[in-house]
Amino acid sequence: MAKLILSMDGLVLKEIPLSKERTTIGRKPHNDIQIDNLAVSGEHAVIVTILNDSFLEDLGSTNGTVVNGNPIKKHFLQNNDVVELGKYKLKFVAEAAAPAAEKADFEKTMVLRPSAMKAAAEQAKAMAAAGGAAAGQAAAVAQRAAAVQQAGASAAATGTADKDAKSAPAAAPAAAAAAPARPAQPLGAIQLLSGGNAGKELELNKPLTTLGKPGVQVAVLTRRPQGYFITHVEGANRPTVNGAQIGAAPHALKDHDVIELAGVKMEFFLKG
Amino acid sequence: MDLTHALEIVSSTDPGMVRSHNEDSVASDAANGVVVLADGMGGYNAGEVASGMATTVIVTEMQQALAGAQPHQPDPQTQQPMAARIVREQVLKANTSIYQAAQSQPQYAGMGTTLVVCLFYDDRVLVAHIGDSRLYLLRAGEFKQVTRDHSLLQEQIDSGLITPEQAKHSQHKNLVTRALGIDPTVEPEIHEYPTKAGDLYLLCSDGLCDMVDDEDIGMTLQALGGNLKLCAQQLVQMANDNGGRDNVSVILVRVLREFPAARGVMAKVFAWLK
Repeated sequence: MAKLILSMDGLVLKEIPLSKERTTIGRKPHNDIQIDNLAVSGEHAVIVTILNDSFLEDLGSTNGTVVNGNPIKKHFLQNNDVVELGKYKLKFVAEAAAPAAEKADFEKTMVLRPSAMKAAAEQAKAMAAAGGAAAGQAAAVAQRAAAVQQAGASAAATGTADKDAKSAPAAAPAAAAAAPARPAQPLGAIQLLSGGNAGKELELNKPLTTLGKPGVQVAVLTRRPQGYFITHVEGANRPTVNGAQIGAAPHALKDHDVIELAGVKMEFFLKG
Repeated sequence: MDLTHALEIVSSTDPGMVRSHNEDSVASDAANGVVVLADGMGGYNAGEVASGMATTVIVTEMQQALAGAQPHQPDPQTQQPMAARIVREQVLKANTSIYQAAQSQPQYAGMGTTLVVCLFYDDRVLVAHIGDSRLYLLRAGEFKQVTRDHSLLQEQIDSGLITPEQAKHSQHKNLVTRALGIDPTVEPEIHEYPTKAGDLYLLCSDGLCDMVDDEDIGMTLQALGGNLKLCAQQLVQMANDNGGRDNVSVILVRVLREFPAARGVMAKVFAWLK
């Protein structure tokens, strides 16, 4: 089931499943999603859900409804659309595909056995020839690609083509693997407080940033979904955070922590 | 000859964030300069069995083979160094063991594994691989992939059907075209490269390279190369932070100094004695 995620200033307030055909949004208490904020009209907008499709409609609100930065009257919601109502944000998440366990199965490494593939490729070729398709110029690999689909579709049924097919673990994954989601997180930076470059600022926009002098003392700042961490890499002394030496394990950094490394003081802060 | 002084080897393996089993296996033998990484596949725990068999069989068989032969000496049949033949034979032994186990025991039917093996000898590294486990090299600040996957995706890229960028989002990431233990025989792809002091080699399963961009992997090796243990942990952590949908395994091998075969030294000593 599709759902909405209500958040304000990046803070998730609640998740609302779109279980009804009409889900109303507004300031007044009778709305399905009540947002008690003066920027939101009494009856602000409505989401109409028919099967897997959801439509958002503005009900003539005073301040309007904005989707992905554009004011709208009526909008067909797509996965990850962000609806803005004043300071509040509603993120639309379309129905999740397969459950995680099932998805993981599709991602498991599998072998394309040449014997099974050949059979399927021949089948594909025969089909293509019969259909008069332009198979002549298709590279062998293209046939293989087709073979994969075929082998997947008939993984169990290839018994006729390959006597060992019972053990051929070939199956085309049904769903494309979602790209690794880079979670939105506040950007951190450090500002040097002492040394020759005092006042200089360095944004920590890479997954990891090394600091210090090689051979003397080096630490690495890693950017993770949970936040920023500092880890000791080399040198006899470990860096200090707020005057206390850190351990061997990664140390989580908080806004305005002061780090001292290779004789240089610096402040870590979140840019928001 | 003992290579423990010339190679620093660190490995790390992790089930990831989604899988309950770890089907990857890693093994190394610094003295003989052998490192092996395998990513198993097959139902229940068969994947673990296949990858575990591959790494143990290869490491132990290599120990025996290297005790009786010098990898740098020419093979009487091909005049090439023996190393290629030694590695190939042990890989085939592992293939036979896995294949027979899969044939004889129904719960292991269809199991197999990818493989990447490195044998360091005489200032060289011999690389044998099957499937989509990879070897990367960081040399003098340059990071590159050494092996080419035996996968449908790689074939599609090679034939120009898709671009590497499209490949990142392909749904056929999991399909390998070669694996150990699936058929009665297998042909490992074998290449040999000269090594240099300071080289940093990375062997990894697809759980790393599918989840973390090559650019970020290279940056991590560069930044944390001074502390291999931390570097390995960081790589696994990055894969898990990005979703960790598969088992993640890495082996890092740092070439600390040159390791020419003993013949050079011995020959010099004899020459000097004359």
